Amino acid sequence: MNLVRLMRDALAPYRRQVAVVVLLTALQTAVGLYLPNLTANIINNGIAKGDVGYIWDTGAVMLALTLAQGTVAVIAVYFASQVSMGVGRDLRGAIFTRVMAFSAREMNHFGTPSLITRNTNDVQQIQIFLQMALTLMVGAPIMMVGGIFMALSEDVRLSLVLVVAVPLMAVVISLMLSRAVPLFQAMQVKIDRINQVLREQITGVRVIRAFVRNDFESQRFSAANSDLTSTGLRVNRLFVLALPALMGIMNLTSVAVLWFGGALIGSGQMPIGNLTAFLAYILQILMSVLMAVMMVILVPRAQASADRVREVVSTEPALASPESPTSPSARRGEVALRHLSFAYPGGEAPVLSELNLELLPGQTTAIVGGTGSGKSTLLELIARFYDPTSGQVLVDGVDARQQPLEEFWQGIGFVPQRAYLFSGTVGENLRFARETATEAELWRALEIAQARDFVAAMPGQLDYPIDQGGTNVSGGQRQRLSIARALVRRPRIYLFDDCFSALDAATDARLRAALREETRESTVVIVAQRVSTILDADQIVVLDAGKVVGVGRHRELLGTCPAYREIVTSQLGEEAAA
Amino acid sequence: MMRGPGGGPRGGGPRGMMMPGPPQSARDLRATLRQLMARLRPEALAIVLATVLTSAGVALVVIAPRVIGGATNVIFDGVLGKRLPKGMTLRQAEVYLRTHGHAQLAQLLQGTSAVPGRGIDFNRLGMLLGLTALLYLAGAAFSWGQGYIMAGVAQRTIFGMRRDVEAKLTRLPLRYFDSHPHGDVLSRVTNDIDNLTTTIQQGLGQLLTSILTILGVLAMMLLLSPLLAAVSLITVPLSLGATLLIARRSQVQFGHQWERTGTVNSLVEQTHTGHALVQVFGRSRSTLEEFSRQNQALYEPSFRAQFLSGIIQPTMFFLANLNYVAIAAVGGYRVVTGSMSLGDIQAFIQYSRQFTNPISQIASQMNMLQSGLASAERVFEFLAAEEETAASDSVAVPEALGHVFLDRVGFRYQPDRPLIEDFTLEVQPGETVAIVGPTGAGKTTVVNLLMRFYDIDSGHIYLDGVDSAQLSRDSVRRRFGMVLQDTWLFAGTILENIAYGREGASREEVIEAARAAFVEQFVRTLPGGYDTLLDADATNISAGQRQLLTIARAFLADPPILILDEATSSVDTRTEVLIQEAMARLRHGRTSFVIAHRLSTIRNADTIVVMAEGRIVEQGSHQELMARPGVYRDLYESQFGGALELAG
Repeated sequence: MNLVRLMRDALAPYRRQVAVVVLLTALQTAVGLYLPNLTANIINNGIAKGDVGYIWDTGAVMLALTLAQGTVAVIAVYFASQVSMGVGRDLRGAIFTRVMAFSAREMNHFGTPSLITRNTNDVQQIQIFLQMALTLMVGAPIMMVGGIFMALSEDVRLSLVLVVAVPLMAVVISLMLSRAVPLFQAMQVKIDRINQVLREQITGVRVIRAFVRNDFESQRFSAANSDLTSTGLRVNRLFVLALPALMGIMNLTSVAVLWFGGALIGSGQMPIGNLTAFLAYILQILMSVLMAVMMVILVPRAQASADRVREVVSTEPALASPESPTSPSARRGEVALRHLSFAYPGGEAPVLSELNLELLPGQTTAIVGGTGSGKSTLLELIARFYDPTSGQVLVDGVDARQQPLEEFWQGIGFVPQRAYLFSGTVGENLRFARETATEAELWRALEIAQARDFVAAMPGQLDYPIDQGGTNVSGGQRQRLSIARALVRRPRIYLFDDCFSALDAATDARLRAALREETRESTVVIVAQRVSTILDADQIVVLDAGKVVGVGRHRELLGTCPAYREIVTSQLGEEAAA
Repeated sequence: MMRGPGGGPRGGGPRGMMMPGPPQSARDLRATLRQLMARLRPEALAIVLATVLTSAGVALVVIAPRVIGGATNVIFDGVLGKRLPKGMTLRQAEVYLRTHGHAQLAQLLQGTSAVPGRGIDFNRLGMLLGLTALLYLAGAAFSWGQGYIMAGVAQRTIFGMRRDVEAKLTRLPLRYFDSHPHGDVLSRVTNDIDNLTTTIQQGLGQLLTSILTILGVLAMMLLLSPLLAAVSLITVPLSLGATLLIARRSQVQFGHQWERTGTVNSLVEQTHTGHALVQVFGRSRSTLEEFSRQNQALYEPSFRAQFLSGIIQPTMFFLANLNYVAIAAVGGYRVVTGSMSLGDIQAFIQYSRQFTNPISQIASQMNMLQSGLASAERVFEFLAAEEETAASDSVAVPEALGHVFLDRVGFRYQPDRPLIEDFTLEVQPGETVAIVGPTGAGKTTVVNLLMRFYDIDSGHIYLDGVDSAQLSRDSVRRRFGMVLQDTWLFAGTILENIAYGREGASREEVIEAARAAFVEQFVRTLPGGYDTLLDADATNISAGQRQLLTIARAFLADPPILILDEATSSVDTRTEVLIQEAMARLRHGRTSFVIAHRLSTIRNADTIVVMAEGRIVEQGSHQELMARPGVYRDLYESQFGGALELAG
């Protein structure tokens, strides 16, 4: 039971508040159970005996108790809210902190969208569950036990009505749930399906119209729509039965109490006022049964969320700074790969095997190869998002694993394949790489990245607001801003992961020329698809299925490396490779 | 994705997380209500029937406590009667009690029908309780019947709305999709419809029941005792006031909570998505600090909102008890003075409980109703958007040869920004037109016009000698095959996705097309072969394979004219070779418009159309264009010159 374990851990700091909530709820319930007694007294001793004074006196006592009960309830809600919202905050914090320490390995394992839902929706589910549990669930068993006790002490024989009513109610509820829950799940699937069809129609509007397939789409939709409607009808027709059925059981129970109670009163075995009190107890007991069942519905959902949260919090990050780190004597940016191999956990074939390469400052190394040849992985190993399965990445002569993480990353300028910008201004995005960068430095980076013109044309320029992910600038602009960001860092090692793809050839060429100037002292590694991007690299590394099949300059490789020739031919045509 | 020239790119796709915001209200309430009513009109009979059932059900449930009160009276009379000496009349018993010093008890007798000496009349009690049971059962049955009918009303109405929304999607011009974020359109046709379903399903029936219950109960209370009714009405404004006071404050806090949840979620989303960047740029610590600040900022309104909304129930409970004590006290006094029976008091107490419940229910239903109406308004807005004119062929559809003639075509996305003016181009069957230009030059505009995704403003486009404006859009599009970079596949099997190219294609024909497009090779490696299910975003096959599938689709369609986009980003080189080969095969014998990136395609094209900044700037063959300085020559030299030199 992850839910129990999670709750135990998460509630530990709130032990005192939880105890107060339980205590106050018990108190509140006790008062609630005592009140019908007073009503009975009003009838037995006041009304039946015609004693008006007694009625007023008892009424005053009742009022005072009610006020006390209300106050207690408000205090209980105060602490319950503190606990449930506090636990939500703590869980969010715990997940976030843990994820921040994750390496690319754990990020891949969970997947970014899944981590986001875990930290938002799942935590919210647990929060809602806890709030309900602390305000309703704590009270239900107390109320049920207390109610049964009071009913028994009022009259044992009359309490036998409960022996029929409670199981009847439980049976009706569970019957309904056992039918409704699968229907409800089926309905969710069908809603997802219909939304998917609509999404496809919107995103594929050009293709649908180009192939004149509106009718086909409408049929597909119509089938999904009818399907959803018929399930929706079944679910809802079942649901509308629930309330009348339960209310019916409660009402019939009170009728039964009146009948049997009447007999007891007739034979002088029970005062008439107790009948009213008894009715109140019965209703309280049945209400608590109802509430308990409602909570049972909530548990599986919270349980699923708890599983997902715990999975994150209990995952140990694979990367950590070594206990006694070694810093290289000088940081020049030399990278050496020694017998480097890497396999993803659970993956059969290694992604990279036995790589040996030297990457030197002032040199540009281009990495080419087909999809799945391991280009991006190689970059990620150099950036130390992963650690190698075997072999070493030496940076400035020291194994990357021996170096303190933060200091190591200080020397890396990374431009990912999917240019990602954060919400904030252009300036803030650039300063993400170095907070202290001056405005002039930012403009210089933009200039090199061929981004100066469009940033200058934006309203507000460096203060132009960028949407989350950078969705309000074009793909090419996003790539250039992402490159500029890495330039602001002024690292010793630049890693460009296929980040020129959205640029047209002319811009690409200008950018690389400017980059060559800027990175004269740095080690530059470029992963690229487009041959024209890498023609003038000092060293071209051709990867095929995780192995190096060629290292050299363009001209050499054309003659010696068939895999390289194939790539060039496919892009530039036969004449270019001739 | 086409983008309006100069208008900047627009965010496509839904935003990461869909967070339901605080309940909003419709801007034009009356118009929305009127439209909603119009939608419900076909269900008028069912709604009337449901109303009748609700009224009947409520009436029964309202009468029942009264009958129970009668039963209580029978018991009470029995208890009293038994204490009195047998054989006396009630009048004599009263005198008897008075003379024996039980003045109050004597007075109590005035309000009863006790028979001295006789105990509880079980026949009468049984009859009354039996009646009550029947009332409750019938009431439950009516209320179920009402729910049953309303479920049908809701589902049928929503079915119709969904159907209309989908039909609307097929009639909207492309301009609509290009100028509205996909996420917004999607949210209207999915989230808003779902929200509206809940409102209609739960809201209407409950609201009706609540209102009728209040009226019925109020009537009964007045009937039983105007004095007590007045007493319990005093607490109504009190509880309404308290609810409103607290609810208003908690709403404000809930608003803050939503807002800050949005902030925290977006921070989580960004940080997780840009995880590698945060780490490598050394921003872990500052991001953590920022998160913990935002997280605490979220906690505060969340706590306040929960606490405030949690107060409502105890408050209502207190007021209900206050009401109860007042009724018991005042009522007890009335019983003692003989002006009311005990049973009536009990009935009254039950009524007063029934009275406060629906009032707080209505308050919460109002919130639901408001947000439901806001959704309805968004859906109606969508349904009212301007549609494409539907026209059928006004001339005989000519034989499809592939001759295309653009005659002085003019087009603008925005009326005040000239884009394409006086563009004339004749393409003979089987010829190739290469469209070139830098990224964002508006190459897709030409596609939009040829396919009649957008209508031209002036001039004519002739297809095999017939003005395309005289043909229906469908007839125009049937002559074209399209393979774009944005490979759209739907959740279905590979076979179904290829078969999409032509209605009624047999399995053999589909497989033949698949072979021609080199799809066969990779399909064989898949466990399900052609029947492999592609998931929602077709992530189980590679980008290159997706491209091949769309080529197979075009093969199957077998059109006389092609529109191809050669760009292949994030495709591995081996697959790229296949794609180029498949495209070359596809182009064989067809008129082709190619958004060209390959040198050989461009050089061998019959005509090259050069675009820049949304406009057509040059037009001619490779030799012609290279012979004079211009955009094409610059482009050619920067892109391929170096490569040729080095390779040469």
